Formats: sequence, C-alpha cells, structure tokens
Amino acid sequence: MPSRRNIVSFVLRYAVYAAMGVTALSLIGILGYILIHGILAFKPSLILGEYSSSNPAIGFSVFTTCVMIVLTLLIAAPLSIFCAVYLTEYAKRKNKIVTWIRLATETLAGIPSIVFGLFGAIFFGTVMRLGYSIMTGCLTVAIMLLPVIIRQTEEAIKSVPDMFREGSYGLGASKLRTVFRIVLPSAMPGILSAVILSMGRIIGETAALIFTLGTVAKFPTSLLDSSRSLAVHMYISTRDGGAAGREVAFFTGAVLIAVILLMNIGASYLGGKVGKDFEN
Amino acid sequence: MKIKVEEMNLYYDTFQALINVNLDVSENEITAFIGPSGCGKSTLLKSLNRMNDLVESCRITGKILFDGEDIYGKKMNVNVLRKRMGMVFQKPNPFPMSVYDNIAYGPRTHGIKKKRDLDQIVEESLKNAAIWEELKDRLKKSALAISGGQQQRLCIARALAVKPEVILLDEPTSALDPISTTKIEDLLVELKDKYTIVIVTHNMGQAARISDKTAFFLHGEIVEFGKTIELFSRPKDKKTEDYITGRFG
Ligand SMILES: Nc1ncnc2c1ncn2[C@@H]1O[C@H](COP(=O)(O)OP(=O)(O)OP(=O)(O)O)[C@@H](O)[C@H]1O
Ligand SMILES: [Mg+2]
Repeated sequence: MPSRRNIVSFVLRYAVYAAMGVTALSLIGILGYILIHGILAFKPSLILGEYSSSNPAIGFSVFTTCVMIVLTLLIAAPLSIFCAVYLTEYAKRKNKIVTWIRLATETLAGIPSIVFGLFGAIFFGTVMRLGYSIMTGCLTVAIMLLPVIIRQTEEAIKSVPDMFREGSYGLGASKLRTVFRIVLPSAMPGILSAVILSMGRIIGETAALIFTLGTVAKFPTSLLDSSRSLAVHMYISTRDGGAAGREVAFFTGAVLIAVILLMNIGASYLGGKVGKDFEN
Repeated sequence: MKIKVEEMNLYYDTFQALINVNLDVSENEITAFIGPSGCGKSTLLKSLNRMNDLVESCRITGKILFDGEDIYGKKMNVNVLRKRMGMVFQKPNPFPMSVYDNIAYGPRTHGIKKKRDLDQIVEESLKNAAIWEELKDRLKKSALAISGGQQQRLCIARALAVKPEVILLDEPTSALDPISTTKIEDLLVELKDKYTIVIVTHNMGQAARISDKTAFFLHGEIVEFGKTIELFSRPKDKKTEDYITGRFG
C-alpha cells in the first residue's frame, strides 16, 4: 500500500509534467502553425514587390515597423530613464511632485491602449496637426511606454546597492557623477530589459496605431506619412481580405516573429556586451 | 588638532543618537572608537566627512572643526571635504569595474585624466595599501573577482588614491579572516606616519594593538576618551572598566 504522502507526491509530480507539456505544446503549436502557413504563402515578390491588391507585398510594412521602433524608443527611453533617475535619486521622499508622478504612472499603466490611441489622434493628430502619420503613432506609443519603462528603470536603480553610492560619495564625487558613472551602469541590464520589452509592445500594438499611424498601405517617404506597421497590416488584412487576406496575415505574422527574434538576439548580444564592458 | 568636535548633538528625526560629544583627533595618530552596538560610533564617524548628509532625517547641532574650519559652515565644499577625508566601510565595496578603474575613479573625479598620471597613482596607491604585488597582474580584472581581504585593501588603496589627509574606517576588518585582519592592522600602523586615522572597531584587542587614543561610547555619549594605554590599563570610569573587561551588561 503506498502511503498518503507517496500518492500526493506522485500526483504533484505528474501535475507539474502535465502543465509543462500543455504549455510547451501550445506555444510550439502556435509558433509552428503560423510559421508553416507563413512559409507556404511565401513568394519573394511579397517582400520586395510594390503593394497592390494582386500582390499584397509587405516590404513597406517591415520598413515602417523598424522606423517606428527606433523613433519611439528614441523618444520614450531617454525621457523615462531620466524621469526614473529623478524619482529615485534626486526627489526628496515626501515630495509632492513624486507622489503625483507615481499616481499618474500607475494609472497610465493600467489604461487600455485604445484610450491612448484616441488621445494621440486628437492631440498629436488634430491639435498639433500631425495627422495620420508615423510621427503621431510614435508619439502616442511613446507615451504608452513611459510608465512601463519608468517603473522598471526605477526598480533597476533601486536594486543597485547603496554601498556603491556611498563609495562614490566618500571619494568626493558629485551626485551627477555618482548617478552616471556608478548607478546607471550598474542598473543597465535591468534598463535594457525594460527597453527590449517595450520593443515588443511597439511591435505588437494595433489599437492605438489604427487611429494615429493610420492604415495607408504604402512605403512612407517622410515621418508625416501614414503607413501600416506589421501588426496593423495583419489586423486590416484579416478583417477586410477574406481567405486571401488571411494568407497574407499569416505570412505577415511569420515575418513579425522573425523580426522579434532578430531583435531579441540583437538586444541580448548588446546587453551582454554592455555588462561585460562594465565588469572588465 | 586635526579634527575638533565641540558640543555636538545629532538627531535622527526625534531620536538623539549623539549627546554632547566633545573630541579631539590629533594628526598622525590612530584614534579608535569602541563601544557596544548602537551607541553611535558609526554615526559620529559619518558626521566627520558629512556622509550623514545623505540621511534625510539627520539633524546636527554643535561644531566640527577640520583644520580649524567648520565643516558644516557655508564655505565648506562637501566634495572637497570628502576628498580630504577618505572613508573605508565595514563591508568591502569595490565598484563593479576593474581593479584599475576602481583606483582611478577618485583621481578622475577630481580632474586627473592623463593615462601616465593615472598609471602612476594606481601603482603608488596599491603599493601604499600593500597589495600591489598581489594585484599588479590583475589590474584589468574585475574587482569583484578578488578575495574579501584583498577587496578591503583595494578600498583602502582607492581612498588613498585621492590623497586624503584623514582616513576614516568603520569596522574595516569585521568581515575578514585573521590573516587579512593582521595585514590591514599592520598597514594602518604604517600609514599613520602620513595620515590621520580614525577607526571604529568592535575588537578591543585591535584598538589596544594599533590605536594611540581611544574613545569609549555608550548610548550616544563619550564616556571616556584618552590615551589607549591608560584607558585599557587604568580606566577612570566604572562603565569603561566593565566594558573592556567583558563584564558589560
Ligand atoms: N539612518 C538612520 N536613521 C535612523 N536611525 C539611525 C540611522 N542610523 C543609525 N541610527 C540609530 O542611531 C543609533 C546609533 O547608530 P550607529 O550606527 O551609529 O551605531 P554603532 O555604534 O555604529 O553600532 P554598530 O556597532 O552596531 O555599528 C542606533 O540606535 C541606530 O538605530
Ligand atoms: Mg556601526
């Protein structure tokens, strides 16, 4: 007779295996399904050709997506990193501004992206007269990213041990030097992972972009042109394109996965390099 | 007098951590602070180079004179003060960078940029901290990859690199093995020819071995302060006697 304890551990063990199996299978299943469909739909003209209803090429969209990632991060990352530095290193603990910024960032982090989309369309699109454009889209998504990057950078900065700061101040270093030479480099891995996560959010955003970036299927020639990111293109193709559109959507999905993969590899290479430089 | 503390009181919010402290630190001597945990030794040490400025709730009355200048006066530049009074902490705290960059951090902070000058300072500081032989082939390696005892001597070298006049040490050997401890004690005795040294220690033997003067703290007050030899052989106060003979509490 197996004891009660044995039965419990038996059940637990297989529950763990089962959970692992279900998770792995569904992830691999989704990935495989998209990739297979995508690859089956592949023709070189789909990447390189001009977009038309007979040849729904997505080269323009890959380009737009990359531009969006770079520009959005250029706006959001410095702003939120400096803001986090202010919140953690400069602001006094009982400062009113800090309380307000905290409240605002926490609230913003929980708001659905479509609300940002509406705000961006009205403020950047109409009031600032940027219309449907890459610029409007980037500014909108940048605002969405602020709370996320601020919060994670704050965490990264807080996890830098105080003894590093004391060591620096003890040598007569100013606050500025301590922050930029000691604190930020030590927090860099955490900050980089925040930035990488936000790339994912830029790539995956649709709701906020439909109102701001717009849906024009064309190679943009300036930052004030409307275009489609890959995710927006998938959404529009699935919605309007019938069965053929769904094929295009799968193909776009496969390309999207490839872009994310490349980006992660690049970022972790970069992250490893930064970490190494600092340690050696 | 290199440092003179006069009628100093220190509060953390409403808690008074130091009560009417008077103390004279002489040049080229080792002054030791002893006393039970929580009696305010570190607090006084951190006040000497104004590291307490980093604690928001900290408030100070009274005076601390450094070469006759009031360190809390308007004309005092905190960064210059801290350059003149190096500090070594209880836990070795090398920066997560190379041995070389650790030592060069201070001089670079104060405007020395030329590689030749930095090379010379790094070598000299490591030699003065008696750790050059052990580290000279590992200057480019991470400072986190050396032993705890070596890290602490590296931190002493880092403090020496900015050419301070005073070195403040807060229990610098409490995390180290006996051999590393002896090395650091020998080093401090050597260094006192050139520097003024203030050390906090829980190790009474250490205070007796290396210090010239000792201050015994209790509940935020200095109970007794005088020549180490006299304080340990003929303590004037009953509480001091109880503490150094281990009958305390
Ligand atoms: N940042 C702070 N905020 C509030 N109270 C503090 C702070 N630092 C120290 N204290 C209090 O001040 C008193 C003196 O502390 P201090 O660290 O100077 O003691 P110490 O003599 O160095 O003790 P130990 O031997 O344990 O290091 C203690 O009661 C401590 O709780
Ligand atoms: Mg202490």
